[in-house]
Amino acid sequence: MSMEQLYQQLILDHARERHGHGLRGDASGPGAGESFQVNPTCGDEVRLRVRLSDDGTRVADVSWEGVGCSISQASTSVLSDVVTGAGVEDVESFAAAFDDLMHSRGAALDPATEERLGDAAAFAGVSKYPARVKCALLGWMALRDALIKASKGE
Amino acid sequence: MLTAAELSAVRADFPLLARTVRDGRPLVYLDTAATSQKPQCVLDAEQDFYERRNAAVHRGAHALAEEATEAYEAARAAVAGFVGVAPGELVWTKNATEAINLVAYAFSNATAGRGGDAARRFRLGPGDEVVVTEAEHHANLVPWQELCARTGATLRWLGLTDEGRLDLGTLDVIGERTRVVALTHASNVTGAISPVAEVVAAAHAVGALVVLDACQSVPHLPVDLHALDVDFAAFSGHKMLGPTGVGALYGRRELLEAMPPVLTGGSMVEVVTMTETTYAPPPQRFEAGTQMVAQTVGLRAAVEYLGELGMDAVAAHEAALAQRLLDGVAQVPGVRVLGPSTAEDRLATVAFAVDGVHPHDVGQLLDDAGVAVRVGHHCAQPLHRRLGVAASARASAGVYTSEADVDAFVEALGRVRTFFGAGAR
Repeated sequence: MSMEQLYQQLILDHARERHGHGLRGDASGPGAGESFQVNPTCGDEVRLRVRLSDDGTRVADVSWEGVGCSISQASTSVLSDVVTGAGVEDVESFAAAFDDLMHSRGAALDPATEERLGDAAAFAGVSKYPARVKCALLGWMALRDALIKASKGE
Repeated sequence: MLTAAELSAVRADFPLLARTVRDGRPLVYLDTAATSQKPQCVLDAEQDFYERRNAAVHRGAHALAEEATEAYEAARAAVAGFVGVAPGELVWTKNATEAINLVAYAFSNATAGRGGDAARRFRLGPGDEVVVTEAEHHANLVPWQELCARTGATLRWLGLTDEGRLDLGTLDVIGERTRVVALTHASNVTGAISPVAEVVAAAHAVGALVVLDACQSVPHLPVDLHALDVDFAAFSGHKMLGPTGVGALYGRRELLEAMPPVLTGGSMVEVVTMTETTYAPPPQRFEAGTQMVAQTVGLRAAVEYLGELGMDAVAAHEAALAQRLLDGVAQVPGVRVLGPSTAEDRLATVAFAVDGVHPHDVGQLLDDAGVAVRVGHHCAQPLHRRLGVAASARASAGVYTSEADVDAFVEALGRVRTFFGAGAR
């Protein structure tokens, strides 16, 4: 696979622009949750915060800070676009679909999944490089953890 | 120095170097500091052992057991000789990490009263200090942190200069309370070779023991551990053309004799009753359980291979590669070397940061060109923090590395910032 296929323009753009970057709101409290995740092999870090809607069914806001490679930064940036304003259940099924994509070892996506993943489908090439899968999943791991904390309303 | 013909013959001895990676690109292996490739003679030695001499060692009296034991002890003598020590001063371990932990846990066991009066010098407690350096691999840092946590001793460290060299201005950290000084002979990140003599003098002046992490030096330089006058040293087989699963701990004989055992069980004992046990003399005292016999035989083949080339020739070859790596990297805009910028007292191990591009992305682009480098923190997070980065990419050479390897790396490195648009940011 060529490097242009792995590092699609969408990924390079998101790595530069980093949507949602810069922590906002509360780390804890009713409807708020924060998670800190590291990739121990390379030291990449992400700290991600979510705030749920008052009824707890939607993600009202996502913000994050982190250092890492273009894959981890772009993936968390795309996450921010996908998740903000979405229903919690949709977010969970999306995260599961993205997880499946990352573990597909480069198998072709079916059209329905590709459409569902939208911009996140650009990371398909990462699944061919097992050492980079963790980079793409770092932000999503933080999101899942932060959502659990937020829904507990601690 | 190796001639072109000699280098070409060396490369032909390493079957793996002939393979291609990533859509047929010739492999450019620059990750020898992580693990070295193996010459055919090492592979053959292991296979030969299993085909003709395999048996448990130091037990049994049948013909095969004798031959296997002889092979195991001959390997010990060869490896001990390679680093200038006596066979009875060399303990086989799984790797250098285990070797360093062995020393740290022997201190712990002595502190708990094991080993009796003879082991008193290994007892630690509040008020005692263990000194390391900021350059250490986690394997020569975390075991000492843990030892201090178990005993109440205090961990202190020697600092580094901005070029990653040991800052001898901080040598006064070593003082009357210092009991152990643990330092690397050569950094696995910066490639800097430590001023061991100065540290040993400071440590011995206050009666402290010196533990040397020789993982990166033994494969690349002539090393005489007696001449260095260190008290303990650790190195790994797999970094010096040998197999994985075997490493060694050197300990001055009188220290090994006084040290209580760490792993206990079979084949490290004298007399066992239901209530107590007396222990074998070193090195057997520290080699509990069935040992990695085939790997020791493989490591013997590796040191004989290096010995035939001559470590002076190996070091000279790699010094030229270090200069070529530094010159090459210096030509690429936006690349900063993490470590000494000159080739004096340094290995051909060059870590670097590329402005605006994360090391993982650097490594991916190089990998696409067939160039294997290490990315990440290389098990040295405090060192990276000291040099102001979270992670780095690292190119490291070995005896089989060619100038063409270095040039291919530099050429590929030159494309990295353009690809990621880093120059325009």
